[in-house]
Amino acid sequence: MRPLTFTRLIVNCLYLAVILFVVMVIALKLGAVPVSLYGLAADLLQVLFHRTSALSSNYDLIVIDIRLPRILLGIVVGASLSVAGTAFQALLRNPLADPYILGASSGASLGAILTLIVQPYIALPLAISVVFTPVGAFVGAAVTIAAVYFLGRRDGTLDSNTLLLSGIVSGSFLSAIIMFLMSTLAGRGDLRGILFWLMGDLSTTLQPSLRWVLGVGFLIASGVIYSTASDLNLMLNGEKEAMHLGVDVPRVRLVVYLAASILTGIAVSVSGAIGYVGLLVPHVMRLIFGSDHRILIPTSAFGGAIAVVLADTLARTVVAPSELPVGAMTALAGAPLFIYLLRRKFA
Amino acid sequence: MQPANASTKEVRLSVEQVSYAYSPNPNQAPIFTLEASSFQARAGEIVAILGPNASGKSTLLKLIAGTQPPLSGRVLLNGETTHSLTPRVRAQRIAMVQQESPLLFPTRAWEFVLQGRHAYGGSLQFESANDMTIARNALSQVTASHLADRWMDQVSGGEKQRIVLARALAQQPVLLLLDEPTLHLDIGAQVGLLDTLRKLANENRYTVVIVTHELNLAAQYADQIVLLHKGKSLRVGPPGVVYQRELLEQVFQTPLAVEMESSGRPRVTVLPTS
Repeated sequence: MRPLTFTRLIVNCLYLAVILFVVMVIALKLGAVPVSLYGLAADLLQVLFHRTSALSSNYDLIVIDIRLPRILLGIVVGASLSVAGTAFQALLRNPLADPYILGASSGASLGAILTLIVQPYIALPLAISVVFTPVGAFVGAAVTIAAVYFLGRRDGTLDSNTLLLSGIVSGSFLSAIIMFLMSTLAGRGDLRGILFWLMGDLSTTLQPSLRWVLGVGFLIASGVIYSTASDLNLMLNGEKEAMHLGVDVPRVRLVVYLAASILTGIAVSVSGAIGYVGLLVPHVMRLIFGSDHRILIPTSAFGGAIAVVLADTLARTVVAPSELPVGAMTALAGAPLFIYLLRRKFA
Repeated sequence: MQPANASTKEVRLSVEQVSYAYSPNPNQAPIFTLEASSFQARAGEIVAILGPNASGKSTLLKLIAGTQPPLSGRVLLNGETTHSLTPRVRAQRIAMVQQESPLLFPTRAWEFVLQGRHAYGGSLQFESANDMTIARNALSQVTASHLADRWMDQVSGGEKQRIVLARALAQQPVLLLLDEPTLHLDIGAQVGLLDTLRKLANENRYTVVIVTHELNLAAQYADQIVLLHKGKSLRVGPPGVVYQRELLEQVFQTPLAVEMESSGRPRVTVLPTS
């Protein structure tokens, strides 16, 4: 009998933070333009001390202005998807639930695309126009999850298979609508391509204010989910049992559903629909750290960040100077891992 | 002056004329109704809600637990309506052992028992030494200390049921509710579980309410029987009073013989239908 302690939680998170840091350094170094480790360290120090003018040469600008923001974006996207996946798995009592499979990512993509289509035609105050697309993505994710949830109910109870099939069907239906919209709007240069929304891509450059909004949004939504960590532990026993053990089930269900939809919206609005991260990272973390959400949620956030930054680095480099969508990379690595986990009895 | 043991003589659980109707669609006539039922239980008493399938036993248990509001009537636990308690306070007073509790991801027995402490801690609080002691005691009360480090999916049905009971004890409730606790157990495990419940009721003064259709186990262990038939509470009283041959034959739809044992408890034998 060795209960989870605060120390154990912090130590494990520190390990993962170190791994994430190493992955970040590798990701900064690798790319179409080679950068030496020494030059990299020197330039990072310059940036830390706000002496960007002293940066040595052009390729350092590539590192600081292009690669670093992209890595930070990958961290937020990966962490958001993994925490959302962990939350959906507990909430729906389904080890295969994640934003992508449940169709939420497609719903978020559609929501985001709709906001981009109407944006030129309506005058929005600046503060709203910055978050217009992420909010659209959140609404798209939330509506899709709600629809899939009700489609997945049979005789008043949530049926695991019906739920997943509803998610997959909704996802492909929404993808078809996205295809349709993008084809009819092919002339609009301000819309990103179909591939971006369906496979995911981290090459977008964001307005600085949007970066802050997304970062803070991620922290708040994850914090809200984390505050229900031990409730989620009991929800794994089913809602009835959780209720008898003192969980306010309707409240936890609503709060976690909204927060996980926000996380999905954040990730999809800036990177499109990246698959497998929200599904697999929580499982791998569960194998290593156990299924207690008080440790699973933070470790999944780190794991997701590591996975997406690694996948994106590979996507940038394996076919350099061309690029793969990061979603293709996560699928290439994720599908075999998924089969392996499935065969060895799901964790 | 009241006698020292007055509190244990007082009525702890009072079920007052509770009824319930279930209809899948509010415009339709209910497909199941539970007619007004009443009984009272004291500390240290075991009440068995007895009846065949679909007689309304589990519904009555849910109304007692307060997780479902009754259509009319009320359930009082130490003078408070169980339905209006918050989930947290309710879990500190009422523990429920359900028919089955499937697990999504494997946990160890001690982690499972610690779930019973949830109602006492904050969501992000880590288990205290006190919680660990309570969990250990709960496991030893059901003679399952040796199972603490086992995985929940690697214990037998009887062992699992004892661990589930330990989790209920870790809630430190005053009222223990069990829904068909002996359903998938062999006869040895059934007797073991009920012996444990009898001991817990006697020594720790829990009020225990069991839903069952096992005539003889109820007769052996219960202080009171609530006999349900098609949503109607037919008789309430000690086994010796409720167990009348004609009544039981009518309820269970099979020929029976009822004998009184020297202990004063009835024993039922199923007769072959000729």
